[in-house]
Order: sequence, then C-alpha cells, then structure tokens
Amino acid sequence: MSVAALKAVEVDYRGRGRALGPFSLTLAPGEIVALVGPSGCGKSTAMRLLAGLEAPSRGEVIRTPGRGETAVVFQAPTLAPWLSARANASLPLELAGVDRKLASRRADEALARVGLAGSETARPAQLSGGMAMRVSLARALVTEPRLLLLDEPFAALDEITRRALADDVLQLWSQARPAIVFVTHNVEEAVYMASRVVVMTPGPGRMAGEVEVTGPVPRPPGFRTTVEFRATAERVSQLLATAGAQWVA
Amino acid sequence: MGRLIDRAAPLTLVALLLMAWEIACRALHVPAYFLPPPSRVATALLADLPTLAQAAWRTLAVALAALVIASLTAQLLAVLIGLHPLLERAVRPLASIIQVTPVVAIAPLVLIWAGIDHPERAIVALAVLVAFFPIFSGAVTGLRAADPDLERLFDLYGASRWRRVTRLRLPSAVPFLLEGHKVGAGLAIIGAVVAEFGAGSGGVRGLAWQILDAGNKLQTDRMIAALAVLGVMGVAFHGLLEAVERVGLRWWRGR
Repeated sequence: MSVAALKAVEVDYRGRGRALGPFSLTLAPGEIVALVGPSGCGKSTAMRLLAGLEAPSRGEVIRTPGRGETAVVFQAPTLAPWLSARANASLPLELAGVDRKLASRRADEALARVGLAGSETARPAQLSGGMAMRVSLARALVTEPRLLLLDEPFAALDEITRRALADDVLQLWSQARPAIVFVTHNVEEAVYMASRVVVMTPGPGRMAGEVEVTGPVPRPPGFRTTVEFRATAERVSQLLATAGAQWVA
Repeated sequence: MGRLIDRAAPLTLVALLLMAWEIACRALHVPAYFLPPPSRVATALLADLPTLAQAAWRTLAVALAALVIASLTAQLLAVLIGLHPLLERAVRPLASIIQVTPVVAIAPLVLIWAGIDHPERAIVALAVLVAFFPIFSGAVTGLRAADPDLERLFDLYGASRWRRVTRLRLPSAVPFLLEGHKVGAGLAIIGAVVAEFGAGSGGVRGLAWQILDAGNKLQTDRMIAALAVLGVMGVAFHGLLEAVERVGLRWWRGR
C-alpha cells in the first residue's frame, strides 16, 4: 500500500519542452525519500505532481491522501505578511472550514511543536528567516498530513539554522510519521534526512539511481561523521556525477 | 541641526522669491491688474479668507465624495474582473479609452447629462472619472500580485474562489490599493478643479469658480490668493495621504 506514486510520468511545458520524465516513484507510508538532482531537473515539478497541484502530460499519478492530508513547504516561508504567526499556521484549517477557535488552538499547538510558543502574535516581518520557516512548517503540520512535501525548505537559511531545522523535522516526523518527500540539491542534507535517496538526471529528470540510507531516525549526534554516512554520501555524489557526465557527453 | 536647515531651506527660497517679486513690482511699476505684488495678494487673501475657506471646503468635499465613489466602484469592478478573466479582457480596452480622454473634453457632455440645475453632480462625476483609474489599476495589479506559492497552498487546501479573493488576493493587494488611493485622491482634487472650470460661472462656487470670477473682474490679486489657497490645500491633502499610506503599510506588514 503506497501513499502516493508516480508511474512513468512525463511533464511537458509549452515553450520549454520536456521538464520531467519518464519518471517513477512509489512512496510507502511513513517513508522519508529525498529527491536529489541538479537545478532544472524537474524535482519541483515531481513535487507538484505528488501534491496534485499539476497533472502529468503522460503517465499516471496515484494519490491516496484526501483533501487536507497533503502539506507542502516551499523554498521560501511563503507566509501571508498581513497575518500573525497563529493566523498563518491556522490557515489550512480555516480553509477546510474548521471552526476558528479550534483552528487557533491547533495552530498554537503546532507552533509550540516547532518551538515557537510565545511567538503566536508575531508577524512574519518580525521573525528571523529560521523562525519564519518554522511557522511554515507548523502550517504544514497543523492538518496532521499523511504526505508532507518539502521543496528545498532550507535553501535560504544559514548552515547552523538548516542543521537545527533538519533535526527538528526528523523529530516531528517521529511523532506522527507522515510520508515525506524532501527535495534538495545538497547531497549531505539528503542523506541525513532520508531513508532513501533518489538521484535524478539533469533535466528532463529521470531516475539516475537510488541509495538506501541505514541508521536510526532521528539521527543520533555525530551521525554526519560516521563511516556509513560518508560512504552513502559518496555513493550519491558519484551517481549524480555519472548522471551529469552522461548528459554532458 | 542639519534637519532644521533642511526644513528651513524651501521656506527661505519662498521668502526670497516673494521678496524679489515685491521689489520688482515696485521698482518696475508693474500695473496691479497685470501682476500685483505679494503684499496686495496677502491683503486680498486676508480680506477674502472666509469666502476662500468656504470655497476650498466645497472643492475638497467634491473631491472626497468623488474619492469614496471611485474607491468603491473601482474595487468592486476589480474584484469582479479578478473572478472572471474574460470580463477583464472585455473591460480593459474600454477602460483605457476613457482613461486617455481628458476630463475637459468630457465635461460639457456630462454637464448636459447632469442637467442645468445640478452642476455639482456633474463635477462629482467628472472627479470620479479621474480618480477611478489609479485605484482600479492598482486593485487589478494588486489582486494578481499574490505570492504564487500561497496561491498553490490555496489550491492544495481546495479554497473556493470567494475565499481566495477575500483571504488571499484582497489582502495581498493592500499595498497597491494604498498607493492607488493616494494617487487617486490627488487626481480627485485636480479633477474637481478642472470640472469646476468646465462648469463655468453657473457651477459650484468652489476654488476654481473663485479664480474664474476674480479673473472675469480682472482682480488679479484675488486670483492669485485663490491659487495660493488651492496650493496649500493640495500640499496638506497630499501630506495627509502619504501619512495614511505609511501607517497603512506599517499595519499591513506588522512593522
């Protein structure tokens, strides 16, 4: 039983040609998959297909989560500047027709889970980049999604913040265990976050290879320095390099 | 200290220019009906102040009424257009045609439609016409300026069209609406004055009427006094609107 699957999907954009595919990916419940590939390989397109925001030109998308059971976190926090952190986090519930009071309470809980208790009334402009990203994460978690799609969520953050957030995401995952797809072009981040790393070729992206990551999740301290971690990261890098070289040739 | 000098600089320039004007008028014996010295203008201004203040208020009231009407219709139309893209394609060219046509050219027609007994209606209508476009195009642009990822989020959670307008597009448009209202309000005053000129002596006794009336009587000092009041009113109104925009933006951004 899969949460979502792409079956030989291809996406063509008018004027740009093929953006993705043929590409297949099956997501098991509770699985964390990282999609790694160079810029323009169609990672974000694959993400939008999984979210049901776009339809493929060819191939099939299978989605089992119902409305409100899929959540997306984008590259930027994409918060509404006119709303408080609480109102931003409760937006998905409000759009789903949940009573305003209940929505606010659940938003406060979600904010507390991402470490933002006390910042409920702050506006996005008053938050740091990392805090804004946490609000975005709280907004994604507030509906208790079965499928969580993270599209390069830490791309704009500094190294210390992104490491802290990576651990927090894994911690949050261990509570409700949604299936996660994590898009990144950072190899180490992919290996750290995921139990399975899918490497894509340069655009139009196809599957270049797959690498299993062993080890406990959330990651124990010092995981990045272990031999397995280094070896796995090296395998992913090599897959990326080979895929890129074939493309250039 | 530096700020004090910055503030004083324009005032000093005005004082110097007024002085040069006064001296030139006296030294060259310029006839007063042609160009009265500032001292005579000041005397006329003081003597006429109650009349001029009342006239200024009439013009301002027309501009404010026009602004309110223009604001409501422009935003309503922009939202309707936002809901139905086909409507926009239909409305746009028409809107552009009305926009590029000068008010003075439309004024006589509108005055006929309003009827000889109600020139004030025509003047409000003409001011509305001028104030409408900056607000309308601000609203149309603003309604489209929502973050595309936020739009995707609304797609994801299956938001209705109406929800999307009220919870995403209109709030996103606020900075554009503030800017549009600022420009529109300034134009409403200009529109009101131009329309008063168009209405002529039978029109509303606003500031433009005062200028026309004094001009007909060759009372140049009264003309300039009315112009000065118009200028001061414009500057004050503009300053007020800038402040409103600033406060509005701070409220919207939360900072």
